[in-house]
Amino acid sequence: MSSVVNIVLAGVGGQGILLASEIVARAAMAAGFEVKTNEVHGMAQRGGSVIAQIRYGAEVNSPLVATGSAQVLGSLERIEALRFADFLAPDGLAVVSNQMVVPVTVSSGSAPYPADAEERLRKAFPRLLYFDAVALATAAGNVRASNVVVVGALATGLKLPLESWQAAIREAVKPKYVELNLKAFELGWTLKA
Amino acid sequence: MSVTVQSKKELMTGNEAIARGAFEAGVTVATGYPGTPSTEILEAVATYKPDIYSEWSPNEKVALEVAVGASLAGARCIVTMKHVGLNVAADPLLTFAYVGAVGGLVVCVADDPGMHSSQNEQDTRHYARLAKIPIFEPSDSQEAKEYLKIALEVSEQLQTPVIFRSTTRVSHSRSLVRIEEPRRPARKIGFEKNPPRFVPIPLWGRVMRRNVEERLAKLKAAADKSPANRIEMRDSHLGIITSSIAYQYVREVFPEASVLKLGWAYPFPDELIRQFAGQVKKILVVEELDDFLEEHVKALGIACDGKNFVPGIGELSPTRLQAARAKYEGKPEPAVPAAVTDLPSRPPVLCAGCPHRGIFYALAQFDVVVTGDIGCYSLGVFPPLNRMDTILCMGAGVSMPQGFEKAGEPKKVVGIVGDSTFFHSGITGLINIVHNKGVSKIIVVDNRITAMTGHQDNPGTEFNLMGEVTPSVSIEAIASACGVKRVFTVNPYDVQSTTQLLREELEIKEPSLIVSRAVCPLHEGKPVGPPLTINTDQCQNCEQCLSLGCPALEKEASQGLRINDSLCGGCGLCEQICPFEAIQKGNSK
Repeated sequence: MSSVVNIVLAGVGGQGILLASEIVARAAMAAGFEVKTNEVHGMAQRGGSVIAQIRYGAEVNSPLVATGSAQVLGSLERIEALRFADFLAPDGLAVVSNQMVVPVTVSSGSAPYPADAEERLRKAFPRLLYFDAVALATAAGNVRASNVVVVGALATGLKLPLESWQAAIREAVKPKYVELNLKAFELGWTLKA
Repeated sequence: MSVTVQSKKELMTGNEAIARGAFEAGVTVATGYPGTPSTEILEAVATYKPDIYSEWSPNEKVALEVAVGASLAGARCIVTMKHVGLNVAADPLLTFAYVGAVGGLVVCVADDPGMHSSQNEQDTRHYARLAKIPIFEPSDSQEAKEYLKIALEVSEQLQTPVIFRSTTRVSHSRSLVRIEEPRRPARKIGFEKNPPRFVPIPLWGRVMRRNVEERLAKLKAAADKSPANRIEMRDSHLGIITSSIAYQYVREVFPEASVLKLGWAYPFPDELIRQFAGQVKKILVVEELDDFLEEHVKALGIACDGKNFVPGIGELSPTRLQAARAKYEGKPEPAVPAAVTDLPSRPPVLCAGCPHRGIFYALAQFDVVVTGDIGCYSLGVFPPLNRMDTILCMGAGVSMPQGFEKAGEPKKVVGIVGDSTFFHSGITGLINIVHNKGVSKIIVVDNRITAMTGHQDNPGTEFNLMGEVTPSVSIEAIASACGVKRVFTVNPYDVQSTTQLLREELEIKEPSLIVSRAVCPLHEGKPVGPPLTINTDQCQNCEQCLSLGCPALEKEASQGLRINDSLCGGCGLCEQICPFEAIQKGNSK
């Protein structure tokens, strides 16, 4: 099963993980691969930590990614990348938006938000793209497209052709948001480590 | 180039595939009650209107009974629910197992191993044995669609209800599904009166009881030959018996092993199990949750391993199965990357702007016992709100206060229940309070939608699943009709009047029902009001506002206390409780 490509997306419920996951899955499908994904519904979506998992290849069995086997880990929030760091393969690429979403547990004083998050990310991930997806999405035209900026960045760690990504975005988003999201994707796609 | 058109394959969740299977198999009636991870089955079925009539019933028992009516009239039906929902529907199921289906009837039940969104981890497969009816278990979306069609055929041919068991990872994983055209069964709709067939009074029920056993033998023979059960011979040193999502993990972790995959696990296909056992040197049973298959394999006199290596608590995963394999082979556990454990936890919380926050904040002013229930408001148990003391099952929030009171609990007891949960199982508890002269205080947190499962309509809303405008059932009128004299409605965003009403009612020695009513802003798709800001000149850092546990109120070392205006729902609760009037509407600094 070594030919299967594994991707893990992390973030906070409400950040648009499901759309990001759908775009990755559709891009792999457009490139002719079998695809399986897994996502979190229900209680876990109410502002909690969420992950989505995507696997593609000639043949895929499990929809779940084994720890230590993801080629790419994408995160829409800085410490959520650390929370799911154990999914990434030793030589994998981490693409992390520097956004900080303060958990209620921090606001209520029961735990601190790590002040050294960036330092820890650089230590945990030898291959790291660390960027401000919110600023890039705003530059593309809408802050809500930051999930697609992260998709663009994680696409640099995969070998799917650009046309597959563009086709996937056209299928996954409403027609009036296609141009915005293509732009957001491009801003992530052109990031360099 | 669209892959979908070229090969007629679509990427579908297991739940969408079950719905597609129902459509392709000519199901015309589908009922259910929302519950993660099952909810999206019926939501997907609803997209096939008008070919399929679908409804959210008030609870799973009603849903199954409606479907039984449709089956006896000759329609093919499915009923959807989560695992604990089957407990509610168990009564009709166990006797319908005697009566038997006319039109195919399949009960789709989604289990939640790992308890992602559930209060227990029960294994639905036991119900199949209890009811002596077949159970099917798909391992991906394609099988979900295929097996549902087989299940409906079996249901009709052998006149039995069938359980169709999914799990969180089958229901919420996407994989490719071949799309086919629907085929309607050629059967007329029309009930054929036949009391000995449909009325299980003891006289006829005893006959049915015998028929159930005869049917079970026929089902066993059919399961032996079903395409849902298959042997995949590879290396004969190790044979693995498995089912459901565990099959997919087995293929990853034991790629060389021979496999007996049971898509139709009960009644157990004994011939097939014996045949497989004869072809392999040793057997390992890999199943999620209980040792349902393992116990039976052993009962057949076949030596096997299973739960002595494969965990029975929590869900399986490729990672956990790799560890189990190492243990089974007597090797050291594979090194896995260490998870980062010193991060602040991020549990789910009531959304910014959620009306439930207001009622919990008001309740926190009183030293009472609060019996809770199942819904978004279950989140009121977490700190800093910390204002729920028990949760059991749907409806128990209404029924349990009576027991506390009759036991002599020194504190006053308040029960909390949501609107949909009230209609589901809360009404009988309320009647009990009145009839048995209790004094419980019941709060119905009515956000005008079934929110936790993703905003489904319920009897209190103005629409039904078919999209029709429908009368909204009045909670207040029901309470009055049950005999509750003290019925009130409050706006939970108004802290002062909500607290005042609670104060008054807690002193009165007769039952009260308070409807805390405000629409779910997430469902409305718009905030309650404009975002608020903290005037840092006036803020004394008393942190009173943080006792609301609102995710928009952020306090973090690097930036101090602030309101995140991209999250703020504008509900104004923090503005009302700030002792220094430091929180204001609008963008003042």
